[in-house]
Amino acid sequence: MAEINSYTINFGPQHPAAHGVLRLILEMEGEVIQRADPHVGLLHRATEKLAESKPFNQTIPYMDRLDYVSMMCNEHAYVMALEKMLGIDVPIRAQYIRVMFDEVTRILNHLMQLGSHALDVGAMTVFFYAFREREALMDAYEAVSGARMHAAYYRVGGVYRDLPGRMSQHEESKWHNRKDVERLNRNRQGSLLDFLEDFTEYFPSRVDEYETLLTNNRIWKQRLVDIGIVTPERALQLGFTGPMLRGSGVEWDVRKKQPYEVYDRLDFDIPVGSNGDCYDRYLVRIEEMRQSNNIIKQCIEWLRNNPGPVMVDEHKVTPPKREEMKGDMESLIHHFKLFTEGYTVPAGEIYSAIEHPKGEFGIYMVSDGANKPYRLKIRAPGFAHLSALDEMTRGHMLADVVAVIGTQDIVFGEIDR
Amino acid sequence: MAEFIQGLGLPEALATFIIILIKIVAILMPLLLALAYLTFAERKVLNYFQARVGPLHVGPRGWLTPIADAIKMLFKEIIIPSGANRFLFLLSPVLAFGPAMAAWAVIPFDAELLLADVNAALLYVLALTSFAVYGIILAGWASNSKYPFLGAMRSAAQVVSYELAMGFALVGVIMAGQSLNLREIVLAQQGGLWMWFWLPLLPLFVIYFISGLAETNRPPFDLAEGESEIVAGYQVEYSGISFGLFFMAEYANMILISVLTSLMFLGGWLSPFEGIPYLEEWFAWVPGIVWLLLKTSFFLLLFLWVRATFPRYRYDQLMRLGWKVLIPITIVWLILLGGAIVGEVGPWFD
Repeated sequence: MAEINSYTINFGPQHPAAHGVLRLILEMEGEVIQRADPHVGLLHRATEKLAESKPFNQTIPYMDRLDYVSMMCNEHAYVMALEKMLGIDVPIRAQYIRVMFDEVTRILNHLMQLGSHALDVGAMTVFFYAFREREALMDAYEAVSGARMHAAYYRVGGVYRDLPGRMSQHEESKWHNRKDVERLNRNRQGSLLDFLEDFTEYFPSRVDEYETLLTNNRIWKQRLVDIGIVTPERALQLGFTGPMLRGSGVEWDVRKKQPYEVYDRLDFDIPVGSNGDCYDRYLVRIEEMRQSNNIIKQCIEWLRNNPGPVMVDEHKVTPPKREEMKGDMESLIHHFKLFTEGYTVPAGEIYSAIEHPKGEFGIYMVSDGANKPYRLKIRAPGFAHLSALDEMTRGHMLADVVAVIGTQDIVFGEIDR
Repeated sequence: MAEFIQGLGLPEALATFIIILIKIVAILMPLLLALAYLTFAERKVLNYFQARVGPLHVGPRGWLTPIADAIKMLFKEIIIPSGANRFLFLLSPVLAFGPAMAAWAVIPFDAELLLADVNAALLYVLALTSFAVYGIILAGWASNSKYPFLGAMRSAAQVVSYELAMGFALVGVIMAGQSLNLREIVLAQQGGLWMWFWLPLLPLFVIYFISGLAETNRPPFDLAEGESEIVAGYQVEYSGISFGLFFMAEYANMILISVLTSLMFLGGWLSPFEGIPYLEEWFAWVPGIVWLLLKTSFFLLLFLWVRATFPRYRYDQLMRLGWKVLIPITIVWLILLGGAIVGEVGPWFD
């Protein structure tokens, strides 16, 4: 008699629920998963190696492209590591701006996660609602940096420039008549801060909308409750961080435990789950969006009342003003040196981490005193989460694999690097 | 029309044949057009649910989009995988599409307007709508590929769980209507809104519609397709018009289920204002078929609304729903219904 083998299936890399280029080899008995074997590396771009060959500043744009749904947070980890090595203190206003945009990024990321998770589980409407809100935040990105996604806004010593006083406006076109344009421009009349404040006013009600569609939906609960349970002990052993860890009930958040920038001056809570299943992680992320919204509000309040520099006045690492450069020899030299050779960093090594929307995003850097890193190692939270996929899905069904991938919030930019 | 053809002096058998043929065309042509525009309506309605605009570019306000889609589908190459069983692979779309069309033969659009007045019309419809699942299972099997195979298995598991509940719901209709003939079932509902079967058969009405969602593979029961899990399930290997037939069969079945639900539970072509003073006279001029179409459109809207609202069931959950929730409810209600009929409980069964 022929031996009965389990059924293997190639899940991805071309699969609607593979979140990019995940390739999973699934061994199944019927629809029950016996083993899930993630194959990574299809989006490998050698970011770490590339960083070794160029001046420190030129690596910042590569950071955007790691986790390409939470761009500024990646930059933040990198510039913070450099600032620590250089011993630079960032102006307080720049710190507030960074924190504000970190939280904007957190909402961006969680909206993406929520939308695609819901789409994976079959509720397509939430996806479009989430993208409607992302649009406003993308506009905020565009207003400060000129780019909707890959901002390269955080620089060593602060941020590239202060917040703009006015927002870009929609114009009439074949598709938008005067009335449409007026409606679209209504909350764009003031500064970026006004625009974001308007967002923070309506965003909680939008989160309520998602919750009416999902939180108490029986099918949604059937699909998520008790799926992919991770105990708190196991979550720690597996190196989980961020919402994945907090969903299991471990109250760990770098923003609270090792506060960086101005997080210690802000008032916010850390939501934790109790069961460690997909549903708890969903609830944690929903609550995190509400908390982020509050943090943004507090930052807006502070930034309104406290003007000041957003870049340190240390022209070894930050470019001098354009007009100074025209008349001042020293500034010209600074400018030339900065944009050709860059700056050197004292020899040494550092590990510096931030609370990225997906977990702890860390930069480990070794410098030999040159103008580029000797070695750069990125600790991507998603990698540890993906490693646990086999454990989380074993014994579940094929449809649950999709729910678990959704809850892990996988983005291959950071996993494959 | 019929008199004209009979008056041509053709042999009687041929004349009858031509008349039937004309009737078939008169049903299928509007139906196919309705299918095309149902896809357009689906996209538009979903878009309004989802805060976006939808097709706008082909023709005025996008109204030619379904035509463009149909042309595209017709002219695309049909790719047959080398490992597939050619005969079954090409047969299965036909198996899915054929019954979806054939079932329309017994649908009464009005007291007189129907192609075939069959005594066992309900059985015929049940048989044909269930037949469509063979198309899906065979498609998955004949493709000789893994994702379609999973889709076929899911479809098979799905059928056994909802088909029974659906059958029981129909038994309730037969008991209440005292007939298997759809026309007589509708006529048994005469007497106004409260006499329609949705009220005495309320649980069966809901269960029939839920089973209808499962029967047509619509969300939240689109497990055999399962976009995000098994990509497109049984359709993975199909392309061009061979895929188009599956696609059209799904939408034809949606319309069919909606028409059947309106016929069996919402009084078909009967006016909702029957027995209400003034309103009845004011709307007396509206032809019955308009009421039927309005009721059908309402159910079609429900199909789309459900799609916009709910996540997808896992297939063991669908089976649990079928076996542990729907079937017990129908059985209990059938017993109650039997009691009500024997006891002649008014106003429905006296």
